[in-house]
Amino acid sequence: MATAALEPVTPLAEDKARGFANRWYRTPSFVAGVLILGTLLGLALAAPLVTKYSPTAQDLHHTLQGPSSQHWLGTDQLGRDVWSRLVYAGRVDLKVGFLAVLLPFLIGTTLGSLAGYYGGKLDTLVAYMVNVVVAFPFYVLIIAMAFVLGPGERSIYIAITFVGWVSYTRIIRAEILVAKRREYVEAARVAGLRDSRIIVRHLLPNVIMQAIIFAMSDIILSLAAIVTLGYLGLGIQPPTPDWGDMIAGGQNFITTKWQLSAFPGLCVVLTGLGLSLLADGINDLMRPE
Amino acid sequence: MSEPAGPLLEVRDLDVRIPISRGTVRAVDGASFTVGVGEAMGLVGESGCGKSMTLRAVMGLLPRPAVITGGQVLFEGEDLAKARASRLRDLRGKGIAMIFQEPMTALNPVMKVGAQIAEAPFAHLGYGRRKSRDRAIELMQLVGIPDPERRSQSYPHELSGGMRQRVMIAIALSCEPRLILCDEPTTALDVTIQDQILKLLLKLREELGMSIVFVTHDLAVVAQTCQSLAVMYAGQVVEIGSVHEVFHQPRHPYTLGLLRSVPDPDDVRDVLDSIPGAPPDLVSPPEGCRFAARCTFAQDDCLEGDKPLLPLEGGRASACIYPDRPAESVREQPVITGV
Amino acid sequence: MSEPLLAVRGLEKHFVVADTLARKLRRQPPDVVQAVAGVDLEVARGEVLGLVGESGCGKSTLGRCIVGLYQPNAGEVLWEGEPLGVRRDRAGRRRMQMVFQDPYSSLNPRMTVRQTLSELLRVHRMVPRDRIDERCRELMDLVGLGARSLDAHPRQFSGGQRQRVSIARALALEPELLVADEPVSALDVSVQATVLNLLDELRTRLGLTMLFIAHNMAVVRHVCDRVSVMYLGRIVETAPTAELFANPRHPDTQGLLKAVPRLVPGRASQAPAMVGDPPSPINPPSGCRFHPRCPLAQQICHEVDPALAAGPAGEVHEAACHFAWTAPPASHQPEVVETG
Repeated sequence: MATAALEPVTPLAEDKARGFANRWYRTPSFVAGVLILGTLLGLALAAPLVTKYSPTAQDLHHTLQGPSSQHWLGTDQLGRDVWSRLVYAGRVDLKVGFLAVLLPFLIGTTLGSLAGYYGGKLDTLVAYMVNVVVAFPFYVLIIAMAFVLGPGERSIYIAITFVGWVSYTRIIRAEILVAKRREYVEAARVAGLRDSRIIVRHLLPNVIMQAIIFAMSDIILSLAAIVTLGYLGLGIQPPTPDWGDMIAGGQNFITTKWQLSAFPGLCVVLTGLGLSLLADGINDLMRPE
Repeated sequence: MSEPAGPLLEVRDLDVRIPISRGTVRAVDGASFTVGVGEAMGLVGESGCGKSMTLRAVMGLLPRPAVITGGQVLFEGEDLAKARASRLRDLRGKGIAMIFQEPMTALNPVMKVGAQIAEAPFAHLGYGRRKSRDRAIELMQLVGIPDPERRSQSYPHELSGGMRQRVMIAIALSCEPRLILCDEPTTALDVTIQDQILKLLLKLREELGMSIVFVTHDLAVVAQTCQSLAVMYAGQVVEIGSVHEVFHQPRHPYTLGLLRSVPDPDDVRDVLDSIPGAPPDLVSPPEGCRFAARCTFAQDDCLEGDKPLLPLEGGRASACIYPDRPAESVREQPVITGV
Repeated sequence: MSEPLLAVRGLEKHFVVADTLARKLRRQPPDVVQAVAGVDLEVARGEVLGLVGESGCGKSTLGRCIVGLYQPNAGEVLWEGEPLGVRRDRAGRRRMQMVFQDPYSSLNPRMTVRQTLSELLRVHRMVPRDRIDERCRELMDLVGLGARSLDAHPRQFSGGQRQRVSIARALALEPELLVADEPVSALDVSVQATVLNLLDELRTRLGLTMLFIAHNMAVVRHVCDRVSVMYLGRIVETAPTAELFANPRHPDTQGLLKAVPRLVPGRASQAPAMVGDPPSPINPPSGCRFHPRCPLAQQICHEVDPALAAGPAGEVHEAACHFAWTAPPASHQPEVVETG
């Protein structure tokens, strides 16, 4: 075969152009999502720099004031600066929201991979567990667990993990059931690669994106759950500021000082919007041109 | 009514372009060929040569973002490239029908096959329910599906690949089109089923007199079913002629290469000839003859200037400026043995 | 006589389908697909054995049983006389490798060629770490791809090129036996020749033994020393290549040969080479499994299942047909009627 060695049909340069790095700035949903989330996260991280007051400092001489140059968003019923509370609450809520999803993601992905890959009794067992958890309405379980475990951050993590792993398991299991039949997986088995390597190196990278995209909307769900628990007094406890707590605190003043409840609510909505757009963006980028 | 004068389908200098991020793909670049009434023409070439795009352009079914950017598609004298969407819709099924490669994806999985065959007569020809059902069964018999009454109640996934392809042919025939476009209909089938389907198409063409354009990458299939042939390479038509003439005397080195690479069970050669290299990039195709880089007869002047399809005597055409070379090579080493 | 490199004895493999709750409640046994229904074969060292048949005949399943992807339900796979189970250690796995049919799903889309190859080289410690890059380049060279291909992803290659990468991957572990499962069926005819030639060349250069699975007789002609024809889970004919093509004795073989489209222009006879569809392996016909589609079928064919029997040429050419050695040889040249 005295021919010049063949090069790939699509040259490397062109393939790079179709890749993530070159396209992200042209995908509107991705950019919008990054901007929104980036702003929120940025503000949350830079909390001490963008606020003048401590979120817990009360000033009973200046309660329920409207927006002013001193207090950008006014003060609440205990004279606390609304803007500071908003930003610091964002810090807490965003952190808890992201972290609360991490453990379900890890547990669910692991269980889903094993169930999908090995099938058989393991799969049946996992399916039963999934069915049990799914049978209960999400919020009923969360609230019940928070009740049982006592209010606070730790309970939130436990409650959400207990309920949240199920979706990841289902997604990953379904994807793996299909992917494990692909010929490149068969080739890996023929080549004597260990199961653990096949799952981690060959299967997961090809299926994990679905779980990551779901995680984005899961963070929104968790955030809503945290805020709800906060509203019910079961979540993050005062004096730590929390959007849910702020909404609950402001509801008595809805007619006069609607901003006390509205702004935290708006923050929740914006976070949800940002995550949603980001997920859309990632989905778009994953599709090759 | 008198026979329409001239060819049924005439494609002239067809250009199809697909814009992508790094440029424009010249998927079809100045393709021209004609198909007469009742004629079966093969459109042959490697994957990516533009043959499927050409077919879809004729039918007006180009996938976005591909567009026809030049040329004409004259069907019975009317230019389909300029026709309105409603006219094309009207023509599809009734004038021109298409058969695809993957029957599993071309058939509706939740609709019984009898209903799918009856759909077009019901919708386009205004047949009543009973009449279209009867017509469906008639067509199933015509395409060789055994036990048609019972089979018409089956869903596509209950049928074998060959049966599904027959169903697709029945759907294509249901409005009595004058032209059937076949996009690699047997590529996904076993060789025995392919044989059955090809023979079926032959039989149908004889009985019903419609024209066929048969797109394939397999020259041997063309030998069985077509009278004339157009060879495409890198978006261009490089040779035209009757099957008989082209096979015995190819006038383009690419055609010769294709002929020599067909594995033949009666052939005792040890090594198959293959065409070295790969087709060029269609975003920026090379200057001169696009096949020159892989051509064993290439000369310096092959690398400069456009190489359009030029007519030769006897209704043949070739884009090669040395059309005698391949014929010489065949004389020394025949491709077709035994006949 | 030395042991064949690979031998298969009495191999059976079935799959259970449609074992639904509804059926269990009705006490209906589940449908069982008898994919491989008792196969014996042998491949000598350095030989290329072709395994040909229609879809559903069990050839791919047999290939996967041999390579250890499926556990057979009965029978055994023997390597140099020693039985080989499904659980094999690394050294056992290295002995035989597989090239798959679909160029689009046989390579991990997220890994570059280099990553795919070097993973195997590393895990099996084929070469010392500092020689891995070099070895990758050698493998690319072996299959006729340039070194720049190493850093490309599968999506950047054409079908034929992907098959070359698959072959390179199979060769990375330096196997003694290569099982090629329809390696060219998904490729354009003009590209098939390139890959077939490559396999042929590699076989000579590396002294490979091969099991070549295909559904098109024309393709096996150029690569195989001997050919076995399978139908509905059984082997129905085996012979050296030239003999099989010149003198096919089983009607299935004859049909397969007749069905290959020839380059002879002009109308072939209108009668198809083989009628009917490949039957479902769930309910095989009685007697000879081929009888519903056989032009020679007689009463005995409905009742008695013929075993493989040798003809006058001896053990080398066997066919499982009651009339294999008595009916006149059918011509496999399609009749040509010249038209204008």
